[in-house]
Amino acid sequence: MDRVFKALADPNRRKLLDLLRADNGQVLGDLCKHLDMSRQAATKHLKLLEAANLVVTVWRGREKLHYLNPVPIHEIYERWIGKFERSRLRALYDLKEELEKDHEK
Amino acid sequence: MKNKSQFVYVTYISSTAEKVWNALMDPEMTRKYWAHLNVSDWKVGSPWKHEDSSTGETRLVGKVVESTPPRRLVITWASPADAQNQDKHTRVTFDIEPAGQAVRLKVTHDELEPGSDMERGITRGWPVVLSNLKTLLETNQAMETKALFAHAHKQG
Repeated sequence: MDRVFKALADPNRRKLLDLLRADNGQVLGDLCKHLDMSRQAATKHLKLLEAANLVVTVWRGREKLHYLNPVPIHEIYERWIGKFERSRLRALYDLKEELEKDHEK
Repeated sequence: MKNKSQFVYVTYISSTAEKVWNALMDPEMTRKYWAHLNVSDWKVGSPWKHEDSSTGETRLVGKVVESTPPRRLVITWASPADAQNQDKHTRVTFDIEPAGQAVRLKVTHDELEPGSDMERGITRGWPVVLSNLKTLLETNQAMETKALFAHAHKQG
């Protein structure tokens, strides 16, 4: 679990996860187009994410595809969120989304 | 190829490959961590179904494509309404491999239609199912499956 928190404690790595959430299964080159960093730096960040099991890689021919793996994040959720809190938290989250959407208009 | 989507999920479980393998196909196990019964004889070519454990309703149907115990299981996966519609059949591959004292379970769900209800459902479902399976095998205690799956089947 330390690895997950460490991996998430960096805006560039969170950005990488956001990119994969928007379009899963990208190669390094595609990810780099959206990032303001060198390929080497991106590779390093992806390695850390993979070590934390937040990114899973799959080879397709000579292409290495990167997938977002949210399972460890769900495990964190399970650990601290109780069953009776879930629906209330969901309602609060929906309310926040709704109000912030209006606010932006 | 690129017009279908694919998702990959991995969890590490302190257990044996045999126990993880068994947990995928034993309806009494799936009831505990999935709130559904996975029913089949699990022979290649046989049908399987995914039944709601409280209502008995069939939620998913498919066929066993490949079975190499305790390493690899490939099944097709479709909503019962699409049973006859091959285009809508998706595919799930379970790969189990040793990883030190634990096993690595990888679930690859492909042949999905981008933006479909099925895609939305499985992307919500797999993280829940896998972390729940891990908890069950490691602590012998499942999470409150009903509370977890109440959301999974809600549309929206």
